[in-house]
Amino acid sequence: MNIDLRHIHKRFGAVKANEDISLSLKNGRIVGVLGENGAGKSTLMKILAGYQQPDTGQIVVDGHEVVFHSPLEAIAHGVGMLQQDPLDVGSFTVAENFTYGLPGGVTLSRRAAAVQLRQITARFGFDLDPDLPVSDLSIGQRQQAEIVRLLALGVKTLILDEPTTGISAEQKTLLFDALKSLAQTDGMSVLLVSHKLEDVIALCDEVVVLRAGRVVGAAEMPMSAEALVELMFGQGLTTRTHEPIPLGSSVVAVDNLHIRAKRVSVRDFSLHMRAGEVVGLAGLDGSGQELILRACAGLIKPSGGSVSIGGRDMTGKSYRDYIAAGIAFGAAGRTEEGLIAGLTLTEHIALTSTHGALIDWGGAAALTATQLEQYNVRGVPTSPIENLSGGNQQRLLMALMPQNAVLMALEQPTRGLDVDSARWIWTQLLARRAQGTAILFTSPDLDELVTYSDRIVVCFAGRHCEVPTWGGITLDSLGHLIGGQF
Amino acid sequence: MTKVFVRFGLGIAPILISLAITALIIILVGAEPGAVFQSVLEGAFRSTNAVGGVINFWIPLVLVCMGLIVTFTAGLWNIGAEGQMVMGAIAASFIARSLGESLPNAVLIPLEIVAAMLGGGAWAALAGFLKMRLGINEIFGGVALNALANLFTVHLIAGPWQPPEGGSAQSTAPFADAALYPRLSPEYPFSLTALIIAVVVIVLIVLALRGTRWGLQLKATGKNAKSALLLGVPTTQSVMSAFIVCGVLAGIAGSYRVLLTYGSLRPFASGGIGFLALLVVLVASTRAVWAAAIAFVFAVILGGSTRLRVALQLDQSLAGVLQGLLVLCVLLADGLRQRLGLGEERADG
Amino acid sequence: MDDQLINIFNSIIFNATPLVIAGLGETITERAGVVNLSLDGSILLSAMFGFVAAGVSGSLLVGFIAAMIVGGLIALLIAVAGIELRQDQVAIGFVLTLLCADLAQFLGQDYTGGSSVSLPEVHVPILSDIPVIGAIFFDHPVIVYISYMLIIAIWFWMFHTRPGLAHRAVGERPQAAFARGTDVNRLRYVYTIVGGALVGLAGAAYTLSVKPGWTNPPSMRGDGWIALAIVIFGGWHPFRVVFGAYLFAALRAVASTIQRDSSIDIPLVLLNGLPWLLMIFTLLLVSTGALERLLNIMPRALQRSARNLLRSDPPAALGTRFDPD
Repeated sequence: MNIDLRHIHKRFGAVKANEDISLSLKNGRIVGVLGENGAGKSTLMKILAGYQQPDTGQIVVDGHEVVFHSPLEAIAHGVGMLQQDPLDVGSFTVAENFTYGLPGGVTLSRRAAAVQLRQITARFGFDLDPDLPVSDLSIGQRQQAEIVRLLALGVKTLILDEPTTGISAEQKTLLFDALKSLAQTDGMSVLLVSHKLEDVIALCDEVVVLRAGRVVGAAEMPMSAEALVELMFGQGLTTRTHEPIPLGSSVVAVDNLHIRAKRVSVRDFSLHMRAGEVVGLAGLDGSGQELILRACAGLIKPSGGSVSIGGRDMTGKSYRDYIAAGIAFGAAGRTEEGLIAGLTLTEHIALTSTHGALIDWGGAAALTATQLEQYNVRGVPTSPIENLSGGNQQRLLMALMPQNAVLMALEQPTRGLDVDSARWIWTQLLARRAQGTAILFTSPDLDELVTYSDRIVVCFAGRHCEVPTWGGITLDSLGHLIGGQF
Repeated sequence: MTKVFVRFGLGIAPILISLAITALIIILVGAEPGAVFQSVLEGAFRSTNAVGGVINFWIPLVLVCMGLIVTFTAGLWNIGAEGQMVMGAIAASFIARSLGESLPNAVLIPLEIVAAMLGGGAWAALAGFLKMRLGINEIFGGVALNALANLFTVHLIAGPWQPPEGGSAQSTAPFADAALYPRLSPEYPFSLTALIIAVVVIVLIVLALRGTRWGLQLKATGKNAKSALLLGVPTTQSVMSAFIVCGVLAGIAGSYRVLLTYGSLRPFASGGIGFLALLVVLVASTRAVWAAAIAFVFAVILGGSTRLRVALQLDQSLAGVLQGLLVLCVLLADGLRQRLGLGEERADG
Repeated sequence: MDDQLINIFNSIIFNATPLVIAGLGETITERAGVVNLSLDGSILLSAMFGFVAAGVSGSLLVGFIAAMIVGGLIALLIAVAGIELRQDQVAIGFVLTLLCADLAQFLGQDYTGGSSVSLPEVHVPILSDIPVIGAIFFDHPVIVYISYMLIIAIWFWMFHTRPGLAHRAVGERPQAAFARGTDVNRLRYVYTIVGGALVGLAGAAYTLSVKPGWTNPPSMRGDGWIALAIVIFGGWHPFRVVFGAYLFAALRAVASTIQRDSSIDIPLVLLNGLPWLLMIFTLLLVSTGALERLLNIMPRALQRSARNLLRSDPPAALGTRFDPD
């Protein structure tokens, strides 16, 4: 089955997710789709699998143009996608989940389903108990179950969206062996979306690289990791516009932190930060840096280790205690975890600046006016924050953060912002650092990490590795580290 | 111009439609709509006595409405308001029974009010505890606590608080006169004290929700508890305080029911006012003055319907039919308006 | 077994039947992701309509059908308001429960009175003759046998048929259902209406069989709320919901027996309150994870069948709207 994507365009509001993308997929080939977060990979795959429609462009299957109005239509044409969070039903058993959507009679036979299931799982060595509820499975097993289901539906083209995040090494081997077998023996075509270099090198026959919604390169494998990184991230050092500053005394001391979460566990993490220091946490989604950041802000309780802010031991204390100790936290999801939809700008300012029982609305309005000007927020004070653009929302969030924080813990501070807004945010952050605030942030943007951090800590599958930046670091060496090659 | 027209139309339409449907229902029963509506209006306004009756419905209703506005602001469905009224009534009854013969009215009333506040507040705190600490949905918890409060009433009336004639009584013995809210006069049979309290509460609630940090924190918690927490709001305390405030107000409302309307404790002393107040707030959202006005309309309907049985041999449940239809039509019209893209969002207090 | 005891069990089964049917109906609806909070009002209105229709037409069957239509229509209104008009299901359901209760009382005011017309008891060949069991389970009007069939049919449908998978998926994870070609909102309409029709059937079961006649105020007021609680207590599983209904009826029977026999001194409030306390306790077990731990201790073979039965989480998508992207 040969699939051609021709001149696919897709935009969401002002954001061009896919711009003029063309891609060919042939029988028996495994193609890797590489790119940073936000490069447009997921959107493209969703279009191919029928979850979205392109604005313009065609999908051509074996020479015929097709339109997929729904995922079901795509499957009918043999195209199936394994999503990062598989679309299974948690309360169903593996057998029920497998059967649901498969054609068949009205009554269910648990035995028949189990037999059919075993036929497929035996071939690949998957170990799936048909009677276990899906919610009890690990993410790797849920993937296996979904692949088995898609195969039973007669899928000939398999799309996998970041399949190796959060699965064990054994499960990865099983998965890759299965994919190779399907491609070579059955002639299936496989699209692997990833940003893990080692996976792509191990599995793929060819590689397509996306950046900012466009295809920036395509090549046959084998390719070296260096060459791949060059394709993905570009080359060279970034020039910085600011100078290092003398650092103050130690303000943050994290020792032997252990954090356990569903998909990844952080083991034995230690970090000491001094006043005015900027530390960037790098790593792919799900590598543990988000957990570390939130633990430092007091939002997650670690299972082991200690956190001390400004000299005070904060282990086990509540988030409100952390605020009192001088933490300022900014989440990545601005409207889910930071701003309150339905409240106006003035109300937000009043909420964070009122310390007495009564609200002085006149004072709040004046303060809002000052803050809006100082932080360059373009918006009407009496209108709800949903009306603000992303950039203005982020600036408002900055205005809401306490001025003289000991530590600012920021999740992706420039997510979704254009270059100017991003640069402006960093001007503010650098100003605060000059006043002695330590800044800890996560970012998927290597440019940003290298430009602004004094140190970078790279996280991968719960492990980490520290890299100083002032001595000169290339983006591609950083890319290697992020790809897991410590 | 047409847009204004359509919006006005869609605003008035539900009221007209609900009146029309009510008229239809009246016809179905074999009565005459015109006569019925006239009787209701007369029943509410024909004399100062009647107006007093309307006020006696309005006072407890508006008190619970104010409480529910507080809980709605915090994002809660406080179905348990009925039970909170009942517990307030029981607490006030306790004072009335034990001290009604020995203390003067001027001392008893404040004591009873305080007891009612404690009773209603504690019951609401229980609902809050079930939700915040034990994760039990407040709708289900509210229904369960309502049922338990009423069972407790029945138990008291059948047992420890039996009236002298004993047996299967429908209420406790009437409370001593000194324990009751004093009526203003025979022509105006409502309690001025309680009316003043109600108006003061309305003002306080409006001021508190708009002018205090507490009110803003409630609003923030109700709209997005996660963000509110990150911005430094003590969300758990906020929610609990909302429950307690509502319970306190519902308790006072309950005390009015037993210390004026009935003069004794009986099952379902709340008279469905806790649920009716929810209907009011569904329509008025968090706009307190609107709620007070709609509560007045509902009180007129309630007051005017009390004589339906005597005057027209019609059951009093017509009041509930009209009130329910009004709210239903408003909600449906609202949904229709949003679906057709004509709506602006329901503004908040 | 003592004759008196048999009679007591028999009457428990009989009296519980409307709760069983209403609980099953609401289970169907909630498993599809929709909350029908109007249960109490629905039962009352359909009970009244059923009673009047039966009286006017002279046919009990017409009465039952009328009641089911009323229950279905109320449910349809909730479905439309929730799905099409994007209103809060809980709000609409709440208004309807009050409105329908008052409507029932108002429209039914001229029809109050006892009734000599009710479903006769039906003797089932073989089954009714089994000693003890026959007297308890098979000495009832046909509505009770219908409830038995409903229990089996609904359980089988939900857990052993292919459409049943779609039914449950729509309430658990509609996105997954959509990805497999299920028309989520259409199914939600269907199951809400079917559930509502069953609630209507339960209403008629009161006025045409279990408590014949229509009174003002109606005697079954409040049972709808109990049915809602029983669905939660029953973990949205038909067998457990039915067990909850019978348990509730049993506790009520014990309470009224004790009430008549003044020699026993247990306060009535405790007995009548016990079902509610039991339900709160069950929810506590769920939220503290105790039930989960119990499951993990059991032997594997038992776990399989026990899992569905012991699980107590609500359908994950209950009360939410689904918009295909």
